[in-house]
This record gives sequence, structure tokens and C-alpha cells, in this order.
Amino acid sequence: MHELLQPDTGKPLLLLGNEAIVRGALEGNVRFVAAYPGTPSSEILDRFYQLAGEADVYVEYSVNEKVSLEMSCAAAVSGVRSLCSMKHVGLNVAADAFMTLAYVGVQAGMVIVSADDPSLHSSQNEQDNRYYAKMAGVPMLEPSTPEEAKAMTLMGLDLSEKYRIPVMLRTTTRVNHCRGPVRLGTLPEQRPSASFRKDPFNLVVVPMVGRRLRLLLLEKLAGLQQAAEQSPLNFTAGDGRWGIVTSGVSYLYVRDAIQDLKLEDRVKVLKIGFSHPHPKTLFQDFLQSVDKVLVVEELEPYLEEAIKVAAQEAGVTVPIAGKGADFIPRAFELDAVKVKKAVSRHFGVPYDPPKVFSIPELPQRPPNLCPGCPHRATFYAIKKTFGQDAVYPTDIGCYTLGLLPPLNMADFLICMGSSVSTAGGFSKVLTQPVIAYIGDSTFFHAGVPGLINAVANNHHFLLVVLDNGTTAMTGHQPNPGMELTKEGKIAPRVSIEAVVKGCGVERVFTANPLQVKKTQETIGQIKAAMAEPGVSVLISKSPCPLHERRMTGKKQKVVFAVADSCDLCRQCLDELGCPAFVWEEGGETSACIRIDPALCSGCSVCSQICSSIKPKRLEKASQAE
Amino acid sequence: MTLDIREQTHMSSDMNMANIGIRIFFTGVGGQGTLLATRLVGEAALKEGLPVTISEIHGMAQRGGVVESSVAIGNILSPTIADGEADVLMAFEPLETLRALPKCYAGTLVISNTTPIIPFTVSTGKSVYPSEDAIYGPVAASVARLLRVPALKLAREAGSDLASNMVMLGVLAGTCRLPIGGNSWQAVMRERLPQRILAVNLKAFALGLELASQQT
Repeated sequence: MHELLQPDTGKPLLLLGNEAIVRGALEGNVRFVAAYPGTPSSEILDRFYQLAGEADVYVEYSVNEKVSLEMSCAAAVSGVRSLCSMKHVGLNVAADAFMTLAYVGVQAGMVIVSADDPSLHSSQNEQDNRYYAKMAGVPMLEPSTPEEAKAMTLMGLDLSEKYRIPVMLRTTTRVNHCRGPVRLGTLPEQRPSASFRKDPFNLVVVPMVGRRLRLLLLEKLAGLQQAAEQSPLNFTAGDGRWGIVTSGVSYLYVRDAIQDLKLEDRVKVLKIGFSHPHPKTLFQDFLQSVDKVLVVEELEPYLEEAIKVAAQEAGVTVPIAGKGADFIPRAFELDAVKVKKAVSRHFGVPYDPPKVFSIPELPQRPPNLCPGCPHRATFYAIKKTFGQDAVYPTDIGCYTLGLLPPLNMADFLICMGSSVSTAGGFSKVLTQPVIAYIGDSTFFHAGVPGLINAVANNHHFLLVVLDNGTTAMTGHQPNPGMELTKEGKIAPRVSIEAVVKGCGVERVFTANPLQVKKTQETIGQIKAAMAEPGVSVLISKSPCPLHERRMTGKKQKVVFAVADSCDLCRQCLDELGCPAFVWEEGGETSACIRIDPALCSGCSVCSQICSSIKPKRLEKASQAE
Repeated sequence: MTLDIREQTHMSSDMNMANIGIRIFFTGVGGQGTLLATRLVGEAALKEGLPVTISEIHGMAQRGGVVESSVAIGNILSPTIADGEADVLMAFEPLETLRALPKCYAGTLVISNTTPIIPFTVSTGKSVYPSEDAIYGPVAASVARLLRVPALKLAREAGSDLASNMVMLGVLAGTCRLPIGGNSWQAVMRERLPQRILAVNLKAFALGLELASQQT
């Protein structure tokens, strides 16, 4: 039995925030889950995928967030409780559906998890998605801990069903990827039956329907505001004439700050868990009960602005501080020390921040493409032919790491799918060659419209589809082009080559990048073909070795080693940049280049570019795990 | 060699965790098993009935980059550890030990695996890996206690290079810095580790434990 399906034994489980959300959804009888993976949200769908059969839940990895949200809403409109999760920027992709779904609403409970990433641990920006709830008019719950994440998933489903509107569960990395004790509830056994009631004048949003639904949404929001005012998720703790308003993980930093600064008798905290619509009366009552207020929240002054509006309307003039150089920073995550500093300054209590030891400048340890990664071989071959002068728009996936030296194969990136469309734009204004990189999963996610556009408008660039057969960066989730499964190799449900040709591209090439010479010949042909304007596509196809090993159990047979004939030309280090290579300064002996046998994956690419690199058969024993 | 963990880590009963909190910061390189070690500390604390919260960072960091995580036990709610607030630093690699020194304060216990993992920037000759003295000198001079652990050597002795993380965990248990008894350590390892690697991991843990008790 999957860990998340076990019955309550009275003992709490140490669950990841994301796992707690899954358990909450299961206890809330969610039977339909669709999502596109993205850190820090991925484990929600991954866990559902693992337990789908056992729990009788429909689970799918959708091609993108918009599709996943539309899938989930169809289920909820048909009376089946659903959940859809995405990283914060995923909601940008799904925003079109999100905004109007708020009008149309749902029949059964639907929770949309938006996993924000303050400090950009694994993201391109740190946008604050609480404003999406406000913009769409969708109720929002913000947990602080895994325990709350589970409880709020359940409450969100009920709230959604009661008000017939999707609920946003807004988490941050420190909730999604925090592990804490979670108490279990009971799992329902009865599966709800689905039915769709035809009601086009409420479900088909033409302007006349939209106008009425707009007014209905405002009515729902008025009711939801009352719900927020009464909600046990918004509560005060402690007593005193100083006030702190906070939400999410910041609440935990505030509690620690109050304890460490010994302010238990002087500070009253208003913890906001139900943060849209704003509980305005609650804010006003709180403001009237204190002499001074500090708002502690990560990223934007979302609560702070609402509280200042509430203060103005109630004619309350207590000083309210929040964002600002002296108080709560707007950029990046908070921590207990940042909060203690702000609390000490605002309320004038002494605090000695810890003296932080300084360290010398140290060698960096950036993440890198793995040894044997086929992307490296593709980058190498393209660079050999097109050089550093070409412009290389890239996209989001492991291959974004091609940014780092010595590959330097990334010049521009803003979001999923931007490689293809920006390549078109670059090609219209620049004279040098434009070569765009996109991964297989990202191609399905957001690359196809850009490619159709490029063909239709006769853009002039080469699109390289780095097809490793999986969504590797987020943990090897399946995608429509997947071929390797635990059950063996299957024909892909959707062939990238067929899609590319279907988009109208005529110059379509394929290569296996691990065959260096053949790949370079193909790229030579592409370069010649690019003398004529138009779109060319190279599908560079070789499975992610980690994924391949996991799916097929394929064992490595050889490692490569540098022979004595090496003349230290450094081509391997300076052009390929495989992390298995080591430059040894020597000392008494002369310098040398070595391949770390523990890291070498046996891909053989290096031996194809240098005659001094030779294979060595692995002994049977060391092949064992 | 005594393998009886219970005799060596028995200090939890008289510690009142309602008034005490311990922050443990873990750092290492992707693939070293730091997250598993973090999880086991958390599970062991939960077994003792202690409040516990763990924070992990997944995603891009796993591609050979630095992996950081933390455990807070006791009356601490913050899931992360600010600079200067780690009571224990569990560093799975020498260079990363020094990089994480800003997390420490004068009272910190540092447990450091002495086996280097050469970063790519060094192996290509673009930068130089600091000498052992350059790493451990400033650490030893700054914190209350530094334990240098030949984790790879002990893991090999236990039967697998991959068990270095359990050696580190054993050292942590052996310092008696955490209010977690030997039974809980044993129990979580038995619950969480696959049967085929359990014996080796228990042995690696015991070797770490012994090392710590020799240095106490």
C-alpha cells in the first residue's frame, strides 16, 4: 500500500508539504488530478501518479498547465472533485482559463495549487501569485506547514463546493518542500458519480453570459468575504499593544522571533490563512486593538496594502510598517533573523543579530549536465559548426545548463517555449544565424504554436529539439513522446517528427548526438540548407541516461580512460566539459588529464573526438549496484 | 567494538524540549545521500515524540550542485536556518564545510566528512581546491567543536562507499548532541532502509558512533 493511503493509526506521519496536499485531497475525495510538473510543485502529481490505480483516482501529466487546469475544471463541473497543481509561473500559462473559470465556477470542489518560489531556488522569477487570486476573484488559502497544507486542501474543497468556485491553495517552496508531522484523517470509500447538466447560458461564456456571471462573481466574493471574516484560519495569538499581521511560512518566523525576543506579553499576532477575499473587518478590529502594526510577509506587500486600505476606511491611524529597507525586504525568502531585525526596529526592542563568520572566495559548484548527457554532445556538435557568432535562444529544462562554460550555448531565455518564438524575432532583425534549443517536454508544452508561426511567417532559423524522451529536470515525468517505460520500449503516443512535419516544416533532420561524426555531417547539411530562408528542425534524439537506466535496467559495460599518448591539448576539457574529466596539476610529475571512472557513464562521445581516450571493459563485479 | 547504540546515546530523558530547540544544517553535493540522512534525523526525532520540521531543496541543485537541507527539533517553528543560527553543521564534503561556515556561530558543533568531491570548476583547472588547512583552519578557529570524519574509509570498512551518509549520522548520534536515543535511530533505519542494504548501513552507523565516542 502506498504510504499516503494508509489508514489513521493515531501516529502522525512525517510528510512533505506536497505529500500532505495529496493526503488532504484523498481525504477530501478528489478523484481527478491533472498537472504539468514544475518545482516546487512536482511531488504532488508524482505521488498521485504512484497511487492512482490503488486509490481509484484519474491522474494525468498534462502537456501544460493551461490544459491541466481545463481538464480538472471539466471534472469539477461534472461533479467530480478535482485538483490541479503548478509552479507559480505555470499559472501564467493557465491564467486564461483561471480568470474565466472564476466566472463559470464548478459543481464539485476544485483546488488549484500555486507553488510559489521565493528566492528563485528553481525558477526564472519570484512573482507573488497572491495577486492572481485577487485579480481573478478566487478565494485563496495560504498554509504555513505541511499539517496546515493538508487541512487547507480539505477545507478548500468544501469552500469551493459551497461557493461553486475554484479555490487557490497558495504555497511556497518552504511549505511544499518542508517535512513535518501530519495527522491523518479517514479516507472516503464512496466514489462520487459524474454527471453533466446542460446549462449553456451559465456555462458558455459569450458576452451576455459573461456580464451576468461577472455580477454573480461579485456576489460570491461578498459571501466569501464573510466566510474569511469568520474563518478559523484567520486567528489572533498572544496579547499586547503591538500587532503583527502575517501569513504563510512568515508566521513561523514571527512566532520564533517573538519567543527569542521574549515579547510574548507584548505582541499580538494576526495570522491570515484565508487571505482572499481580505477579511477587512477583522483587519479593522485588529488595528483598533493595538498601537503599532508590522506586516510580515514574503515578496510583495499584498496584505500590507489591504490592511492600509482597511485602516483608511475605518479612520484608524496607528503606524503600519511592512516592506521597506529597514523592515521586511521585498526580494527573496525571509528567515527568523530578518524578521527579528524588523521586529526589533519597529517596536524598539533590543536585538543582537548573530555575528556571521566571513569566508574567502571559494571555487563554485554550479549544477552541471550529468556525465553522458546527450545534450552536451548536441551542444558540442552545433558549436563546432556554427561557432560562437550564432545567437542561441534556449528554453527551460536540464539543457538550460548549457549556459555554463565551456559550452556557452544559451543566449536568451524568458519562459517555457520562448526559444522558438524569440528565434523567429531574432531572425527577422539580425543577420547572423539563429539556433534555438528546446527539450521534448517543453516542445509539447509551449513550442508548437511558435513553430507553426515560424513556418507561416517564413522565419529563418534552426530549431534543435533536444529529445531525451522524458521531462528530466523535474524528476523524469512522462511526456507525449515518451518511448521508454518500465514495461519496455513503446511507440511514442505523439511523434515529435510527425508534429514538426505537421506544422509545415519541410527541412526536418534527425540525429543521434552520441554518434559524433554522423551528427556533424547532418549539421553540415543543415548549414548548407540554411543558405535558403526558412525553418529547419533538427531532432537530436538520445535518451536521458538516468531515465534509461531506471526504465530498462541497462548496465554500463565500459568506462573511458585517457591513454599516455594524451598531449594535454585540453580540447576535452575546454570544448566538451564533461564533469567526469579531471585536470591534475601534478607537482613533482607533470600535469595530466584523468577520467574519474566513478563518474564516467561510458557514453563514448569523448573517445570520438580524441584518439587518446580509450574504452576499458568494466569487471562484472563493479557493474553491480 | 560495541554495537549497542542504546548504551551510548541515552541522554534524552532529562532534557526538556519544551524550552530547547536545536537547529541542524546539512550540506553536501548531489548524490551523497544528505536528504536521506536529513529524513532519518527527522523520523528519529518524531519517534522520540519531539516537535520536528525539515526543509529540503529539490530540483536544479541535484545536478552535481550543492544540496542543502535542515532539521529543527524542539520549540522552533522556522523551517529554515538563518546565518549564524545552526547549532550543528553536518557537512558531507570539506569545501562545503567552509562554504557553510556562515551558518555557524561560536557554539556550533561541526561534523565534516573529509573526503573531497572536486567541483567541475576545479577539475577543469579554472580554480583551485583549497588545502585541508585552508578549509579546517578557519572552521576550527570559529566554532566550539569540529569533528573530522573519514566517512568514506569507514563506509568502505562497513561494506559500501555509498554508506558515508550513515557514518555521518552515526557520528551525529554519538556526540549525544541530539535528544534522540539509540532505539529510535535503530528503528528508523530499519523502517526506512531497504533490507538488502540495511546491514551495511547499520554497520556504517555503528562505526560513526564509535568514532564519535572515541573523541568525546
